[in-house]
Amino acid sequence: MTSELDIFVGNTTLIDEDVYRLWLDGYSVSDAVALRVRSGILEQTGATAAVLQSDTMDHYRTFQMLERLLHAPPKLLHQLIFQIPPSRQALLIERYYAFDEAFVREVLGKKLSKGTKKDLDDISTKTGITLKSCRRQFDNFKRVFKVVEEMRGSLVDNIQQHFLLSDRLARDYAAIVFFANNRFETGKKKLQYLSFGDFAFCAELMIQNWTLGAVGEAPTDPDPQADDMDMDLDKEFLQDLKELKVLVADKDLLDLHKSLVCTALRGKLGVFSEMEANFKNLSRGLVNVAAKLTHNKDVRDLFVDLVEKFVEPCRSDHWPLNDVRLFLNQYSASVHSLDGFRHQALWDRYMGTLRGCLLRLCHD
Amino acid sequence: MPGKLKVKIVAGRHLPVMDRASDLTDAFVEVKFGNTTFKTDVYLKSLNPQWNSEWFKFEVDDEDLQDEPLQITVLDHDTYSANDAIGKVYIDIDPLLYSEAATVISGWFPIYDTIHGIRGEINVVVKVDLFNDLNRFRQSSCGVKFFCTTSIPKCYRAVIIHGFVEELVVNEDPEYQWIDRIRTPRASNEARQRLISLMSGELQRKIGLKVLEMRGNAVVGYLQCFDLEGESGLVVRAIGTACTLDKLSSPAAFLPACNSPSKEMKESPLVHPPSHGCRSTHNSPIHTATGSRLTQNFSVSVPTLIYTGMGSGSAGKEGGPFKALLRQQTQSALEQREFPFFTLTAFPPGFLVHVGGVVSARSVKLLDRIHNPDEPETRDAWWAEIRQEIKSHAKALGCHAVVGYSESTSICEEVCILSASGTAAVLNPRFLQDGTVEGCLEQRLEENLPAGCGFCHIPYDELNMPFPAHLTYCYNCRKQKVPDVLFTTIDLPMDAAVIGKGCLIQARLCRLKKKAQAEANATAISNLLPFMEYEVHTQLMNKLKLKGMNALFGLRIQISVGENMLMGLASATGVYLAALPTPGGIQIAGKTPNDGSYEQHISHMQKKINDTIAKNKELYEINPPEICEEIIGSPIPEPRQRSRLLRSQSESSDEVTELDLSHGKKDAFVLEIDDTDAMEDVHSLLTDVPPPSGFYSCNTEIMPGINNWTSEIQMFTSVRVIRLSSLNLTNQALNKNFNDLCENLLKSLYFKLRSMIPCCLCHVNFTVSLPEDELIQVTVTAVAITFDKNQALQTTKTHAEKSLQRASTDNEELLQFPLELCSDSLPSHPFPPAKEHLESASSNSGIPAAQRATSVDYSSFADKCSSWIELIKLKAQTIRRGSIKTTVTVEKASPVGEGNFRNRSAPPCANSTVGVVRMTPLSFIPGAKITKYLGIINMFFIRETTSLREEGGVSGFLHAFIAEVFAMVRAHVAALGGNAVVSYIMKQCVFMENPNKNQAQCLINVSGDAVVFVRESELEVVSTQQPAATCQPSCTGGEVTT
Repeated sequence: MTSELDIFVGNTTLIDEDVYRLWLDGYSVSDAVALRVRSGILEQTGATAAVLQSDTMDHYRTFQMLERLLHAPPKLLHQLIFQIPPSRQALLIERYYAFDEAFVREVLGKKLSKGTKKDLDDISTKTGITLKSCRRQFDNFKRVFKVVEEMRGSLVDNIQQHFLLSDRLARDYAAIVFFANNRFETGKKKLQYLSFGDFAFCAELMIQNWTLGAVGEAPTDPDPQADDMDMDLDKEFLQDLKELKVLVADKDLLDLHKSLVCTALRGKLGVFSEMEANFKNLSRGLVNVAAKLTHNKDVRDLFVDLVEKFVEPCRSDHWPLNDVRLFLNQYSASVHSLDGFRHQALWDRYMGTLRGCLLRLCHD
Repeated sequence: MPGKLKVKIVAGRHLPVMDRASDLTDAFVEVKFGNTTFKTDVYLKSLNPQWNSEWFKFEVDDEDLQDEPLQITVLDHDTYSANDAIGKVYIDIDPLLYSEAATVISGWFPIYDTIHGIRGEINVVVKVDLFNDLNRFRQSSCGVKFFCTTSIPKCYRAVIIHGFVEELVVNEDPEYQWIDRIRTPRASNEARQRLISLMSGELQRKIGLKVLEMRGNAVVGYLQCFDLEGESGLVVRAIGTACTLDKLSSPAAFLPACNSPSKEMKESPLVHPPSHGCRSTHNSPIHTATGSRLTQNFSVSVPTLIYTGMGSGSAGKEGGPFKALLRQQTQSALEQREFPFFTLTAFPPGFLVHVGGVVSARSVKLLDRIHNPDEPETRDAWWAEIRQEIKSHAKALGCHAVVGYSESTSICEEVCILSASGTAAVLNPRFLQDGTVEGCLEQRLEENLPAGCGFCHIPYDELNMPFPAHLTYCYNCRKQKVPDVLFTTIDLPMDAAVIGKGCLIQARLCRLKKKAQAEANATAISNLLPFMEYEVHTQLMNKLKLKGMNALFGLRIQISVGENMLMGLASATGVYLAALPTPGGIQIAGKTPNDGSYEQHISHMQKKINDTIAKNKELYEINPPEICEEIIGSPIPEPRQRSRLLRSQSESSDEVTELDLSHGKKDAFVLEIDDTDAMEDVHSLLTDVPPPSGFYSCNTEIMPGINNWTSEIQMFTSVRVIRLSSLNLTNQALNKNFNDLCENLLKSLYFKLRSMIPCCLCHVNFTVSLPEDELIQVTVTAVAITFDKNQALQTTKTHAEKSLQRASTDNEELLQFPLELCSDSLPSHPFPPAKEHLESASSNSGIPAAQRATSVDYSSFADKCSSWIELIKLKAQTIRRGSIKTTVTVEKASPVGEGNFRNRSAPPCANSTVGVVRMTPLSFIPGAKITKYLGIINMFFIRETTSLREEGGVSGFLHAFIAEVFAMVRAHVAALGGNAVVSYIMKQCVFMENPNKNQAQCLINVSGDAVVFVRESELEVVSTQQPAATCQPSCTGGEVTT
């Protein structure tokens, strides 16, 4: 006796959260059954393995049918085939678009192309996440990217509107899309200590301040929607950043800057002497990073450069985080007192964001 | 030209991409009704077109309005080649044709394609302007309401229940026409869908005409079925019960549509003191006939089987003359009718007087190839024959009517089994005629109807019984005779006194048969049928005893025929009726008494059986009150209880031996183990696992013993197909496979629905079919309803409260109403509820201290009192002593509190978003009130695929299809303005596959009543009556506003 066909269809679609998780995690039906058995469900309910098998199959089939709709979540809300309470719909969507930290760290900043997709097997072996789950997460990134790529307006809002994600998850996706679009390098060994949260934090700051959208938000702009693009860095701004070079190229300016910072921080910094000794190097590093951002390749290496030029020197001298904060504040603020320097606004736009990023990047 | 149909196409959404190049679609819509077609403009390059068309107007006869469906086709415009069809929507406009139902159909409909399934949605508005037609000879029957519900619909009152209406129409099946060889599968499927839609419209119209002829205005319990006879054609047939219904005007008074006994008493000037006696008698046999009349002058006769397990007794003396009078009355009322059948399964109080037992008839037919669609006489004649047989069986049981009547077929190649079954009953003529009953008789009737046990009393004369039966005096009233077991096809009457809870009982059976052709095949089947019936009955009886119960309700026996086997599946809900005697146990007897180890084995089995019975009694809370033998009167001695095969007069004299069924001796239901087969039987008895704790199941509308439903419901359909290994199939292996299939299916359901615990699976409807040689398909549709566990524990109490509630509201509404009413409704209740009542009454502060003291006294006395009669008198007295006012407050107080509590504890309705449509096979929605019936939903769909693997194999294919069918039903209901479908039923689910060709096809036919319901919590007034009334769809004895 073999079961040829075995289905259960409810007027309200039954969703088993545990099975959904197993499905999202990419387990095959038999693996899922085994895992469920191990969870002790048979003892709790007095069911047999056959019942569990049939139940799991059924849920998997339902999820497969729902998957098509989950690719465009607003469709899930308006479709008529599955009657699902709104709270459950939200859960389905949120869980479907959720991703693993380990996975996102692997692909963050990579081009969401077929080439990357081919590497998913390696990522799967490396992270221990099933290939199926990797594919789903990758496809989610790519899908969101494709949809919001050409869109105007706030990146987070667009994502939320088209994928009905929670605010938090939408922000994460904005970071992923932003990183993928600008291809920031995140995979280098020296960047391994950084979490997705660190990058997402930086991405948010950069979206807020360094993109075209950031300019659009200025109240003087008559049509804020006109050029509101959150994905791309403001090319003009990057071009202008070259002007900052004067801060390190002009020896007088550099010395003046140093003395301003040192005067202000004397006695307040535990690592004052190290700072004093390193000031010129650090400043050169930060300003050169800015000046190089006109080249795409250097944009990609932004985080590598920041870590190399600032985080690592600080770390080798064992700067406490508070000292880093004091230094960065003073370093940015002192520029306002440099009479010969004309690009105060540009400096603030650059350093304001960078300061936030650097503070976040400075940890072990 | 009495009607104008107006259609507007508003918009589409989620359309499929039809143009690969642009990833878009250039969609337009064709609107067709009859032979007229309109088209919208092409909306270029969009998957969400906004047509916003003008109103397309069709001027048509109302006859066409009834027959024709509105056909909407969405197409993709193609400049160079033929336009591609995206899909279709068929809209049945019948609900717009009667005034009280929907006025407009407006909403999003799934666009359906038989090959691709649902492909987007379309927003349509449909209206009908109907002109009055004074033509008396009209062919249409607009205005006749149709209900699938097998009881009087909630917001109506039955003025007259006219009786049986039936009709069938035949046509050639498009799938078997020559043209099918050259057209696409899609065209063929659509032709079939259209034809069936047309045929069911025509059928409904014809039935409506018959109803108008009978001067009725509605059909209740409308059941329409399709017989796919293959090459010989397509039959669409329907049965129903014609009624004259009155809409209840005041929606606030949630009243079931019927007169309560108390109403009758009020109406009459003479109020007799209530009598606690039962004056008429009744019985419960199964009366089955298996006939087989074949076409082509070929005839096989099969003996008629009447079996029962009872002894005989003497008549209740008082009953005699009255019964005769009653019979005369009913007879005259029913005699005008060709078939006194009723498709109802629940009745207005007082309608059902006595129940005789199950009557059924089957007949094996050979489908004829020659076919003339305009003359469906052969099919008509076949059914007429069967109905005649049913009628005569009912007569043999001393009954004039058959209730809970249904018909079905099973077809395999050219052989067709026609089956009909129902419950023989004696009815109250008051509902059958219009004002012809004199008040005097009515009066007597009322007083002779003891609530709770009256229907159990045997309807036939004890001295002239049609079969040997084992009778005892009714355990409730002690006056009349009752059988020891009662089988019926109806729902449990709401006033029936039940002890404990009920449970689903199934008998499952397979029989191998040789493959044969035509006559030989029919003969083989005919020969097998009586044995199957017998075994099914035996199994049911054994399982019933094993459960410690004594009655079956909602019995449905399905016999399906396949190429090489027959399957029998009987489902019913077992209960313990307080009026019937306690069932005896099951005793096992071995054939070889000398063998010691064998003896030991037998005694081991016996112990297991006894344990099971004890466990079941505990599980289902069956604790009948201990009653002294002397008072009951010992059962009338009967030397040997047996059933036998009787020959019906119409049959030719085949050699039939008397079969010793050895049913029924009160304490010794003996199972003789004489061979391995019998051993298997005993084993299989014990393999049925009870549902996990927190689960109950039944196949009736409501679960006896549970009244406190909460609002969460989940309707579902589950389908399983198993392939039998073709090697050495034996009956035993088959039975085991089939049994496992059903048991596993149930286990799966319990597991899947575990989050709803405590819950009850209601209206569990199993259908078995044999689609191919080694395939068995089982389809289950049911609804899981949660209930409140705390309240469930006090079932007996609520039962008492409910009826008291009824009494109290009566009192309140009509203050001049005499005191007797209250005492009338009380004594009819069995011991435990009455006691509960006394306690609750006495503990209530509303009663003056002195009286309270007496009450307490009485109740404690009652506790010890073993005499039933005495107790009843006692209670009556107690009530009389208390003032009527006190009783009212007492009784009102507790249900109100409970109602409030329930509302508070009920989970907030999560599905409050627009568009949620509930579906349920029941006639009611727990915790809600149906305010409007919008019309009948009757839909037929075909789905076919040529890429079975790609769609997830057979399971994926059918899963998607059933989900789509649900979606389309919901969309239609929502478009009618409704939010639920009640009495939903999946009448057919025919699945065929050809995995080698990667193909599959499935046909599904569903129906139900579209309704609008309002949550009780949303109603401002929490009527004390409502919870009880909603739980008891067959209507509590609510008051009818005059």
